[in-house]
Amino acid sequence: MTSTAPVKVRIRGLRKRFSVKGRPIEALDGIDVDVEAGAFLCIVGPSGCGKTTLLRILAGLEEKTAGTIEVARDAAGKDARERPVNAMVFQEQSIFPWMTVRDNVAFGLKARGFSGRDRYAIVEPFIRRANLGGFEDALPHQLSGGMKQRVSITRAFANDPEMLLMDEPFAALDEQTKLILQAELLRIWEESRKTVLYVTHSIDEAIVLADRILVMTARPGRVKDVVDVASVFGRPRRVEAVKESAQYGELFGRVWGALREEVMGAQAAEAVS
Amino acid sequence: MRLRWGGERLLSVLSPVLLLALWELAARTNAIDTRFFPAPSDIFAAAVTLIRTGELWDNLSITLVRLAVGFLLGAVPGIVVGLAMGLFSPVRAILQPLVDGTFPIPKIAILPLFILIFGLGEESKYAIIAVAVVYLVLINTQAGVRNIDRIYLDVGKNYHATRWMMFTDVALPGAAPLILAGLRLGMGVALLVIVAAEFVGARSGVGYQIWTSWQVFQVDRMFVYLLVTAVIGFGTAVVMTFLERVLLPWKQH
Ligand SMILES: Nc1ncnc2c1ncn2[C@@H]1O[C@H](COP(=O)(O)OP(=O)(O)OP(=O)(O)O)[C@@H](O)[C@H]1O
Ligand SMILES: [Mg+2]
Repeated sequence: MTSTAPVKVRIRGLRKRFSVKGRPIEALDGIDVDVEAGAFLCIVGPSGCGKTTLLRILAGLEEKTAGTIEVARDAAGKDARERPVNAMVFQEQSIFPWMTVRDNVAFGLKARGFSGRDRYAIVEPFIRRANLGGFEDALPHQLSGGMKQRVSITRAFANDPEMLLMDEPFAALDEQTKLILQAELLRIWEESRKTVLYVTHSIDEAIVLADRILVMTARPGRVKDVVDVASVFGRPRRVEAVKESAQYGELFGRVWGALREEVMGAQAAEAVS
Repeated sequence: MRLRWGGERLLSVLSPVLLLALWELAARTNAIDTRFFPAPSDIFAAAVTLIRTGELWDNLSITLVRLAVGFLLGAVPGIVVGLAMGLFSPVRAILQPLVDGTFPIPKIAILPLFILIFGLGEESKYAIIAVAVVYLVLINTQAGVRNIDRIYLDVGKNYHATRWMMFTDVALPGAAPLILAGLRLGMGVALLVIVAAEFVGARSGVGYQIWTSWQVFQVDRMFVYLLVTAVIGFGTAVVMTFLERVLLPWKQH
C-alpha cells in the first residue's frame, strides 16, 4: 500500500484507563495512528501493553477514556443489512459451541436480518474457501483447534465488514497449522482487500502478513515505531518467498530492536513490582 | 480392560439378585420378621393382584399427572424468570430479595396453606409441586446465564445481535446445561413433595397408598408402592438424560 490510499481509521490521542479495585491502570497512553483503506496493519508489543484493549475499543466493546477515532465509512445508511463497520476475531476461543459451523459463520448475517436461506447461500462459498467444506453441520467440539480458528475468521469475513480486527488468531496453534492458515488468510484477504488490524506476538508473522508493523511500548501502550513492510515485500505475497529473502532478516532485526527494549523493560518492571 | 468391564457388570447384576435371594431365604426361615419384611415372592404376588385389579395403574397415573402438571407449572416460569433475572439487572434487583427470602422455607411446610387455599383437590398438589420446582429451576437458570463466558456476549455485541437474538441464540443455549441440571434437581424434589403431599392431603395416588397400607398394616402392598416410587424416580432420570442428549449435543464428548 502506498500512502496515496485514503485513510480508513484515524486514531488520535487514544487513552484508556481501567480501574482495578479503585486503583487506576493506564492501558493506553495516547495512541496516534492512521490506517489506510485496504491496508494490513500488524500490531506487536509486549504482553499487557494494551493491544487487545485497542482492538476492543475499535470494536465497540470498551469505552475509551480520551482521544478520537474517526472511521471513514464506505457507505453510511440506516439499513441494518448494510455492511458492518468491523468484525472482530478474538484472541480466545469464541465460536459458539452450541451452533454448527454453518450457523456460527452465518451469525453476523442473521443479526443483520438475512433469512435462513439467504444467509446459508451467502456463507456457502466462504466455508468452502476456508477449506471447511463438508463440516457445515459439525459442532465445534468435533473440530481441531485450527479448524475452530478458521470458523472464527470465516465468521468475520462472511459478514463482509469494512474492517477486520484480528487479535492473535493463530497464537494457540502449532507451527505447521499456523503456516498454512497464514497463507490461507493472505489468499482470502488479497481477494477482498479489507482494512485489517492484526495483533500478533510473532514478529515473523507480522512481517509475512503486514503492509506496516506498529510496534507498541510496554504498558501504558504508546506507539514506539512504525515499520514499513509494503515497500519491501509487494503483493501478492508468498509466505515462503518472504522468509527466504535477504530483506526478511533486516526487517526482523529492526522490529526486534524496537521491541526488545520494551520487553526487557516490561520484565524488569514486573520483577520489581 | 474389556474383561474387567464385563466382570464388573456381572457383579452389578449379581449383587441385587443375591440380596433378594438372601431376603427370600431369611423370610422363609423366619430369620426376619415377615410382618415388617414380607418375602419378595409375597410382594410380587401382591403386585400382580394390584396390577390385575387396575388399582396400581389408577394410582400411578394419578400421581404421574400431578407430577407432570405441577412440574411444568414450576419449570416454565422458572426458566423464563431465571433468564430475565440473569440478563437484566433491574429484574434481578426486584426479585432477588424475594427469592432469597422465601427459598429457605421447606416447601412441604406450605402444604396446609395450599390445602386451605385450593382445597383437597388436584390444584393444591399442582401448586405445591410447582413451588418446589420453580426455585431450583429459577436459581439454576439464573446461574447458567451469569456463568456464560463473557466472550460469547462480546461476540453478540460486536455482531450487533438484537436483544431477541441474544436471548434465543446466546443466553438460552449458553445457560442450557445448568437449566437442565435445575430441571433434574427439580424433578427429584417434585417426587419427594408429591409423595409427602399424598400422605396427608390426598385420597389417591402412590403416596396415599403407601400411607394407608401402613395404617391398615398391609405391608406387602406398601412395598409394592415403594417399588413404584422407585420406578418413577428411575423413569424421570432416564427422561432427563434423554433430554440432555437431545438438547445438548454439543456437551457430549
Ligand atoms: N477489563 C479490564 N479491567 C481492568 N484491567 C484491564 C481490563 N482489560 C485489560 N486490562 C489491563 O490493561 C492492560 C492491557 O491489557 P490488554 O489485554 O489490552 O493487553 P494485551 O496487549 O492484549 O496483552 P497480551 O499480549 O498478553 O494479550 C493490562 O495490564 C490488563 O491487565
Ligand atoms: Mg491480548
